[in-house]
Amino acid sequence: MTITDFLFFAFATVVIGSALGVVSSKNPVHSVLFLVLTFFSSAAIWLMLEAEFLAIALVLVYVGAVMVLFLFVVMMLDINVAKMREGFVSYLPAGLLFALLMLGVMVWVVGPVGPDVMATAGLDKAVRHAADYSNTEALGEILYTDYVLAFEIAAVILLVAIVAAITLTLRRRPTTKYQTPGKQIQVKRNDRLKIIKSDAEVLK
Amino acid sequence: MSEMIDRLLAIGVDLWSWFPADWQTFLLILGKIILILAPLMICVAYITYAERKIIGYMQIRIGPNRVGPRGWLQPIADAMKLLFKEVIIPTRADRFLFLIAPVLSIMPALAAWAVIPFDRGIVLSNVNAGLLYVLALTSIGVYGVIIAGWASNSKYAILSSLRVGAQIVAYEIAMGFALVGVIMASGSLNLGAIVEGQAGGLSSWYIWPLLPLFFVYFISGVAETNRAPFDVAEGESEIVAGFHVEYSGMAFAVFFLAEYANIILISSLTSLMFLGGWLSPFEGLVGADHWLGASNLFWFFAKACVFAFCFLWFRATFPRYRYDQIMRLGWKVFIPVTIVWLFVEAVMVVAQVGPWAA
Repeated sequence: MTITDFLFFAFATVVIGSALGVVSSKNPVHSVLFLVLTFFSSAAIWLMLEAEFLAIALVLVYVGAVMVLFLFVVMMLDINVAKMREGFVSYLPAGLLFALLMLGVMVWVVGPVGPDVMATAGLDKAVRHAADYSNTEALGEILYTDYVLAFEIAAVILLVAIVAAITLTLRRRPTTKYQTPGKQIQVKRNDRLKIIKSDAEVLK
Repeated sequence: MSEMIDRLLAIGVDLWSWFPADWQTFLLILGKIILILAPLMICVAYITYAERKIIGYMQIRIGPNRVGPRGWLQPIADAMKLLFKEVIIPTRADRFLFLIAPVLSIMPALAAWAVIPFDRGIVLSNVNAGLLYVLALTSIGVYGVIIAGWASNSKYAILSSLRVGAQIVAYEIAMGFALVGVIMASGSLNLGAIVEGQAGGLSSWYIWPLLPLFFVYFISGVAETNRAPFDVAEGESEIVAGFHVEYSGMAFAVFFLAEYANIILISSLTSLMFLGGWLSPFEGLVGADHWLGASNLFWFFAKACVFAFCFLWFRATFPRYRYDQIMRLGWKVFIPVTIVWLFVEAVMVVAQVGPWAA
């Protein structure tokens, strides 16, 4: 077993273990943290597949930003764990059915039965690149040439989603008081302070 | 005598070749890591001393001067004290997460140093996507703080972790955009290549064409490390000490190790990306054989020290930002500034002015 094999199995074990932890842990905060660990170890596996840009983007976007906000929300929830676990048995058959279906599809696509997707995509003949190969550069080159239209459309859709999300949350209630920092810092001394001259008084 | 040294050396070489090749690589990397981290830890210890001294002088007092000559042993004494203190775990705290939070906080602060080049070719790992790696690792440092706040089972701690979460997510975006400007200027994500792209003396550093991005990056860096004036996470006057209010002893100290390691990291990164890292400012003016013109480690440290000093200076100078103003600065000022400057930069690239003159 070479060191890369060892690393792959180590990270794969962590991915599977923490993915199980996501669904089995009692505390939702623990679930979120297990999900973070799953993302992180998947990123490590992607790194070993020479997809360093995707791996780092996964950590940067999902672990560094999305999951932080997720954790944020979950931390604030007041969840009754016992009540949440009530329906577990009745949901179990449906859950298991979908899990098996997913597994079946994955085996069919990747495995030896069904269409040999790996071979048609040429993935079984993937070669190791030299150390100076830059995955980021390769990805950028293909993204801004062959797929530029799809890329731009995705960007526009995201922009629309951002604008929509902001408009949905932006509401000004007449009762709320707002501060305008621009006005606050323009305050001059004379607006706030008045110096009055008065004669000294002599106490008797 | 020399015969004995020769024999010892020969035994050493024999021992080394006796290891399998994989182990040799492993040990070599381990040695390099120690070579980076040991001086870093000493720097961290002495930046705490520098902070107390500098702020002391700024406030017209002397600062620590009792332990050792001129107080030089103060950080050692502090470390000893913290080591021997009991680590107290609050009632009904999440024990595992409570103890792992400081580790999660210091891990990214140290791991980011893997791609920092100290001089031409002197880097632990010459990664192509080095800049992205640094950005990704600094972005996960926030977990330590958030988990510490939640696991402490204390309302002050959780208030602090909520503040930190929102603050770091906000400033990370501005920071990322500022880095996009650097990437556009250098055409590379490799930190070594970014520094080499600034060769040619003071005038070819990226700070000049990217001046607004430089300010945004450095101020966001101060906010990311939760330093004054952005230290609402600690906010002594409002929430006692914030996320580490329940921590004591070494667990508490590790948070501070992480904070100061991050200060040094941000200072180093700013000097690498905007001030030409190890390149001499007098390049081209005096010859490379003169000590002023030679590009070496010294310049890198000197530039990083200037920024580290700024961190301490800010703390002594500025009052703490109000929370809503922090959010306003991040979202409504810095992000628009970076986006506008990226457009300006794109125009500069197309028009071939500045460093893009072909």
